[in-house]
Amino acid sequence: MTAMRTISFTLNGEQVSAQIASHHSLLEVVRNDFSLYGARESCGQGLCGCCTLIVDGRAVSGCLFLAAFADGTTVETVEHLDRHNVLDPVQEAFIEEGAFQCGFCTPGFVLMVKQLLDEHPDPDDERIRDYLSGNLCRCGAYPEIIRAVKSAAHKRRAGKPA
Amino acid sequence: MTTATTTTGISSRQIGRNLPRLEGREKVTGRAEYTHNLRLPGMLHGKVFRSTVAHGRIKSVDVSAARAVPGVYRVVTSEDVLKVIPHPYYGPAFHDQPILAIGKVHYVGEPVAVVLAEDPHVAETASALIVAEYEELPAVYDEVEAAQNKIVVHDELKPAGTFADLKHLKGVRGTNIALDYQLRKGDVDKAFGEAAHVFEHEFRTQKVLHLAFEPFVSIADYKSNRLTLYTASQGPSFVRTEIARLLGWPENRVRIKVPFLGGGYGAKLYIKLEALVTALSMIAKRPVKVSLPMEEVFYTITRHPMTFRIKSGVDKNGRITARRCEVFWNGGAYADVGPRVAQKSGFTASGPYDIENVSIDSYALYTNQPPAGALRGFGVPQLVWGYESHTDMIARALNIDPLEFRRRNIMREGGKHATGTPLKDAPIDKVLEHLAARMNWTKPLDRGTGTLRRGRGLAIAIKAVISPTTSVAIVNVNADGSAALYCGTVDMGQGSDTAMAQMVGEILNIPAESVNVVPRDTDFTPYDMGTLGSRSLFHMGHAVKLAAEEARDKILALARDLGLPEGTNYSVADLFQKRYGMQAGNIVGTGVYKPDYIPPQPGTGLTPNVTPFWMVSGVGAEVEVDTETGHVHIARLLNVCEIGKPINPKICESQISGASMMQLGFTMFEKMHFDGGQVTNASLADYKIPGIHDLPVTFENETIDTYQTNGPFGGKGVGEVPTFCVSPAIGNAIDDAVGVRLTELPLNPEAVLRALRAKQNRPIEDA
Repeated sequence: MTAMRTISFTLNGEQVSAQIASHHSLLEVVRNDFSLYGARESCGQGLCGCCTLIVDGRAVSGCLFLAAFADGTTVETVEHLDRHNVLDPVQEAFIEEGAFQCGFCTPGFVLMVKQLLDEHPDPDDERIRDYLSGNLCRCGAYPEIIRAVKSAAHKRRAGKPA
Repeated sequence: MTTATTTTGISSRQIGRNLPRLEGREKVTGRAEYTHNLRLPGMLHGKVFRSTVAHGRIKSVDVSAARAVPGVYRVVTSEDVLKVIPHPYYGPAFHDQPILAIGKVHYVGEPVAVVLAEDPHVAETASALIVAEYEELPAVYDEVEAAQNKIVVHDELKPAGTFADLKHLKGVRGTNIALDYQLRKGDVDKAFGEAAHVFEHEFRTQKVLHLAFEPFVSIADYKSNRLTLYTASQGPSFVRTEIARLLGWPENRVRIKVPFLGGGYGAKLYIKLEALVTALSMIAKRPVKVSLPMEEVFYTITRHPMTFRIKSGVDKNGRITARRCEVFWNGGAYADVGPRVAQKSGFTASGPYDIENVSIDSYALYTNQPPAGALRGFGVPQLVWGYESHTDMIARALNIDPLEFRRRNIMREGGKHATGTPLKDAPIDKVLEHLAARMNWTKPLDRGTGTLRRGRGLAIAIKAVISPTTSVAIVNVNADGSAALYCGTVDMGQGSDTAMAQMVGEILNIPAESVNVVPRDTDFTPYDMGTLGSRSLFHMGHAVKLAAEEARDKILALARDLGLPEGTNYSVADLFQKRYGMQAGNIVGTGVYKPDYIPPQPGTGLTPNVTPFWMVSGVGAEVEVDTETGHVHIARLLNVCEIGKPINPKICESQISGASMMQLGFTMFEKMHFDGGQVTNASLADYKIPGIHDLPVTFENETIDTYQTNGPFGGKGVGEVPTFCVSPAIGNAIDDAVGVRLTELPLNPEAVLRALRAKQNRPIEDA
């Protein structure tokens, strides 16, 4: 019988706790215990970015991040961005530029782009490519994603609510 | 953003609008529905135990240790399956694939047993404790070797009976050939004898796969008289028909529900996990979900590797007079839709050229590799790799400019394709001239210096949409005037829901974003042959248009019945109110579309009507080759596609760029490596797909201005069109840059460097 333990953390602004086994990933916990499905497992090796979660303000691969290490942290998922029913400028830009096709990798890209723009409000093409090189899109929507990053940067500078 | 509704409440035109995808908000917020996310009460997870040998008789499968693991609900083998489904073989062309291996295994990775548990980790742990013993048999992996029938994969061929051209293979023994398609036009041998020049080359393509980011996933919920399948499928109607056949049930007891797909690209067609989860749910009497980890996706379905022998005779004026094509398709251990790939692509193997004498033999072959099926282009990108490399090699050998050589030989509108079908709405010349102009072909190219050499290449191709196929659609207008569309086309990212809603909006004169495209559910959604082969916008588009027109006509008839003058400004809601005295009632329009088709004559493959529409595209590439490393930098990639009138130009453009990016991966680096039938790079760590750094710096995606005369609103399919020419355009550019000709994909640095070193007479020795 696998030993279970309780972890407590802040999830999308709420204090929560979960019963976990040592082998559970944070991705499994947010999906199975909290029904947050925006992060998904695809490659299972931290290479595609579909499982991106924000832990203490940094993007991590949720499929590799053991839930035990989330104890006491602050975790955010893509579902946190429109908590007030208003889309983040990055999300708006992704829709307007058509920066996705199947949408499976999209939440991961959205979170990474938000982090990129927090650090670099006006990134050039090279920085965009470097920053997003850890996220893969099999539908190949990269040109539209680059356009969406620039559009989102513009929206943020224009003072739209972040 | 375009405004759809004018101040008077009358919508502007919907066709040609760059409407953002209707489901955009769901996708960017992470709330779009995928089967991957679905859980049912009481659901068990299945973990598949797979064969470790490529070909062998199963001596024993010991599941006792797995069964003893706490938390394991049950371990299932083929014996259990046979008790609930006595004939558990499925497939669209052949009924050859068992739900779990029976008696023999035919490839590494074939499902042999399944562990069921509530906790997927328990199922996984237990599956590792299963021990299977096999008596290994010799295996055949290569398609050309397989054609010699020295090692035979299946004892007996079992065609499904649905395709006329496979019936003669029923019960045939001792062969790996699952289809031998032939086309014969004119007399190639005579023409070769009379030709001024004869060229013969062989090309090969590697095994690659779709790698949709939502791995294969299906859930079955079996009740004694009812089965519901939740599945990531591109073809819910086929799944229903085939599962009903396996169960011996009428179709109305089988329900298939398909939300959005996290990518498909041809992988999620026909039966993948659906039959397995059905059997598991019948055995367990509980809902069962099987969701594959990425590694197992490599053992489910792939693209066809191919060997293409092509021989052309050319007269003294540089006109091709004869072409013989022999194509060997490596279909893997189960036929899936391989025989259709062999035929439907095979008949275009002579390319977009006007050739008097043509002979094509296209063979679908069984081997002991993981099965191959449909992948974006249905075989055509592999063929074009061959024939457009061949075309350039001929032009270079004859010292004719490759563009000029193509100009002399392409088919023209109104001419006849090798099948005998007239070429209509297939402006090959326009695509070629657009390509030439945009590539500045007449101007010299900067050739680079030192170890960095530059070159350019182009390629052009044609494909016929698969035929004959049927689509049905229903448009339901509610009493408040709002409309819902029921159509089986699966939106897997291509934007079909948005395009179909635009068509409904156009006819009913309402904004497309107000149309509810009902998620696919075979209890409500009528028949569709499948979301495949770039057929949906044309076939389903016609059905949707017809359904919307019928609904519109019924609305007009209702207004007439109510005594209202033509052109009345009563709203649709007012009409219902007047008719029923309250907000009540429906108006339902239906549409059915099946194009005309004349089957090819057996033996010659000739027919006056092989397809309802052609697809044409071309690619121009400029590359820089590092002669010290073999690395190829793609400086420019220009995609030119002929797609009729775009219903949503922006979505079409992203289809073009996305398809081209995918094909760039297949061209430059993607390759499944094998050792003894086992995939040695079955993960994203070792099988690299294009990332954002692989995007060519200059990447142009263009369409030419055309109108498909028999298409809905002048439109036709786009999803595959950009894939055809990427590989040969780049291969031709590499030859142009450094004078080496690669005949096998991928064009990775090792292949280029080996070719460069061989040319310098200092070949790289194998380790």
